[in-house]
Amino acid sequence: MGRNAAAVLASIVGLVMVLTAFARPLEFLGTAVVDWFNVLAAIAFVLGGANLLKMNLLKISARDAGWGYSAVTVCVFLVTIGVGLLKIGAHPDPLHPDVALSGDKEAVGGAFWWLYEYAMSPITSTLFALLAFYVASAAFRAFRAKNTAAILLLGTAFIVLLGRVYVGVLLTSWIPADNAWVSWLRLENLSGIIMGVFNNAGTRAMMIGIAIGIAATSLKILVGLDRSYLGSSD
Amino acid sequence: MSDRPNESFLARLDRIDRRWIFLMMAIAVAGPIIWVGVTGRTFPETATPAVQGAFDAIERLPEGSKVLVSFDFDPASAGELQPMATGFIHHCQLRKHRIYAMTLWAPGSPLIGATLADVIGNDPSYRYGENFVDLGFQAGNEGVMKQVGVDFPKAFPNDSKGTPLARIPMMQGITRLSDFDILISVSAGYPGGKEWVQYGVSPTLTQGHRLPFVAGSTGVQTPQMIPYYPVQMSGILGAIKGAAEYESLVNAKATAPGETVPAKYQEAQRRMAPQLFGHSLMVGLILVGNVIFFAGRRKGAAE
Amino acid sequence: MTFAVTILAQDAAPAAGFMPGWFMPGKGLLAISLIIVAAAVMISILWARSGRPIRIRKIAGLDAVDEAVGRATEMGRPVLFIPGIQDVDNIQTVAGITILGKVAKTAAEYDAEIEVPTTRSLVMTTAREAVHASYLSAGRTDSYNPDRIYYVSDEQFAFVAYTGGLMQRKRPAACFYFGCFFAESLILAENGNSIGAIQVAGTAETTQLPFFVASCDYTLIGEEFFAASAYLSGEPDQLGTLLGQDLVKGLAWAAVLVAALLATVAAVTGHEGIASFVNGARAALGGG
Repeated sequence: MGRNAAAVLASIVGLVMVLTAFARPLEFLGTAVVDWFNVLAAIAFVLGGANLLKMNLLKISARDAGWGYSAVTVCVFLVTIGVGLLKIGAHPDPLHPDVALSGDKEAVGGAFWWLYEYAMSPITSTLFALLAFYVASAAFRAFRAKNTAAILLLGTAFIVLLGRVYVGVLLTSWIPADNAWVSWLRLENLSGIIMGVFNNAGTRAMMIGIAIGIAATSLKILVGLDRSYLGSSD
Repeated sequence: MSDRPNESFLARLDRIDRRWIFLMMAIAVAGPIIWVGVTGRTFPETATPAVQGAFDAIERLPEGSKVLVSFDFDPASAGELQPMATGFIHHCQLRKHRIYAMTLWAPGSPLIGATLADVIGNDPSYRYGENFVDLGFQAGNEGVMKQVGVDFPKAFPNDSKGTPLARIPMMQGITRLSDFDILISVSAGYPGGKEWVQYGVSPTLTQGHRLPFVAGSTGVQTPQMIPYYPVQMSGILGAIKGAAEYESLVNAKATAPGETVPAKYQEAQRRMAPQLFGHSLMVGLILVGNVIFFAGRRKGAAE
Repeated sequence: MTFAVTILAQDAAPAAGFMPGWFMPGKGLLAISLIIVAAAVMISILWARSGRPIRIRKIAGLDAVDEAVGRATEMGRPVLFIPGIQDVDNIQTVAGITILGKVAKTAAEYDAEIEVPTTRSLVMTTAREAVHASYLSAGRTDSYNPDRIYYVSDEQFAFVAYTGGLMQRKRPAACFYFGCFFAESLILAENGNSIGAIQVAGTAETTQLPFFVASCDYTLIGEEFFAASAYLSGEPDQLGTLLGQDLVKGLAWAAVLVAALLATVAAVTGHEGIASFVNGARAALGGG
């Protein structure tokens, strides 16, 4: 009964959302529903935070492997919440100097800004930079010319890798740039052709297929054929 | 000493600890960074059509045009995208355009303030509220994009400091997205350039004219954006290479011959040296990997 | 040809014409496309329900689920499942949770431990429901532990730092990545590769597919990911949806071919009627 009611509600809301894209009188509902979802997502942060604390405190108390990291997580979590909510170190707004919490918590010099600038920013940049190392090891391990398709892939990879840096310009600088018959052979131009023609075609085809897949999957949910999101094994 | 005494060199190389590869990459990137830092030298850049298109789209706007810049990235991708954001703001400043900065990424909000402070700084001709404004972050992803398309003040009722839009002179007359003269998105993922095309730019078609749109994106995201160029997008800055090409165009406009370009406007060009060595290392690793593969195949066939 | 041009011109110049006032201008073609997709899918479902067999090709990654979970059971190591890093409003997350249900059922039957870190608490809640239902249907409710499905962080790199550490400490024997991923995909896949786990991935993010293909044992590419629920269940309704998708793809293929031929003929011959139709279609589709 509960699952059926939820599935019916999902169908009604889904159909209304589809109609908001076409019917002017219903347009306001589209943005309203998005706002409702944002409210839900914001409340979900509380649920997430509580779960985060619970899981990490359990790890600390049980001294599971890596419990030290959990201790760091809990400490940083609580410190960041405290600093943000209490606006520690934030200067009051000049228009309201007597109101302690009137300042912008993200203003330069405040504790929250300090955490963002000297903790979050370098850490996330470092983790993103890890990709360069991982892609190098993946390239060494996995990019082997095992068959014709792999050989074509490798050739393309060499052209694009070299064409996007100055060494590619140097390697084919001897090819005349003003001769339309051969200038396309310069690595930087070949790289552009590969990206703009071959990659473009493949990407467009995949995007069309994925869009149709998304539409079909959404339709299954709207008409109640797929109820997996409700926890049903149907 | 290897624990497999009869193992060939190539076989041992195939089993190399990946940390040696990480070390090689670290040296390939760090060395050029130091070299560029010491010498200040960069490689020459020639703009590709997509980058030239982005430059021309901003260049051909009349002075004082309204430019909406969406900082859809976070500190993680700032290494690749910050030079683009700096370049766009610098170009708009040179053209005396009015800059409306916003973001759909929560960690992107401080980046707006930092970029505007870094580029505009104490320029007396650029006053907050009259020539540039920081609208800050708004939650809602595509919902915000759809909302700004029909009712901009409802999506952004205040600027990042909480000042109501009605009290900001340059917000007068801005009711929806199509009131801007161009949209620029510096995009690291979702929500980003693709969503702006789908939910922001395409609907403006039905309002009379399509809003010109220019985007800068990470290298990984660029193939996803290329299908939209040149129809839905006037230009794309793809990865740090695109940023370097764009910087060279803007610096050529901003700097007289013989004049030194400030380092902050050469960040992308400076990063092309480590990019060169990194890519060369990748090519070398792929070649070595394939030598090992074919040698192993030949040995297997012989046995 | 003139009628077709008129229809397309309606969409490009919405002020004129016979669209009702409440209908949003410029959305005519979108509405027609939506009706075609819906009709194709519904007709295919009815076709499948009539008992006609529908064959789908093997998807190696999905066939490997049993093997992967079995391997984890033999080795006494857990199964790791990551349903992407986006919220439950993303259709890829929904598709990922559908597959999670199937993987969790297999894990329940094999008595393997499954761990599901998430980046959104709504996804955590939904995933818990899906896994609980799977354990129920496998008759192993006593083995279900909700604490194995938990929230980590909304921030993608904080999440991947956690899962990287989790992989190095717990060394799962099987790693499943089904959902919407971004830059963290390579870090996840390489970490999994370094611990020797069997890895199966599926995403519709075209930008991340190359990383998964390079580092995972099996990758579901694009639509294969959305076909997974149909493939695993084998139900006529689900298979009918796949058939409908293929029908629409066939129509799109035909439309692209016809449009490309017409545009080429118009460019080469300069025929006015064809050229105006092509330009009208371009304008109506947002081509400017």
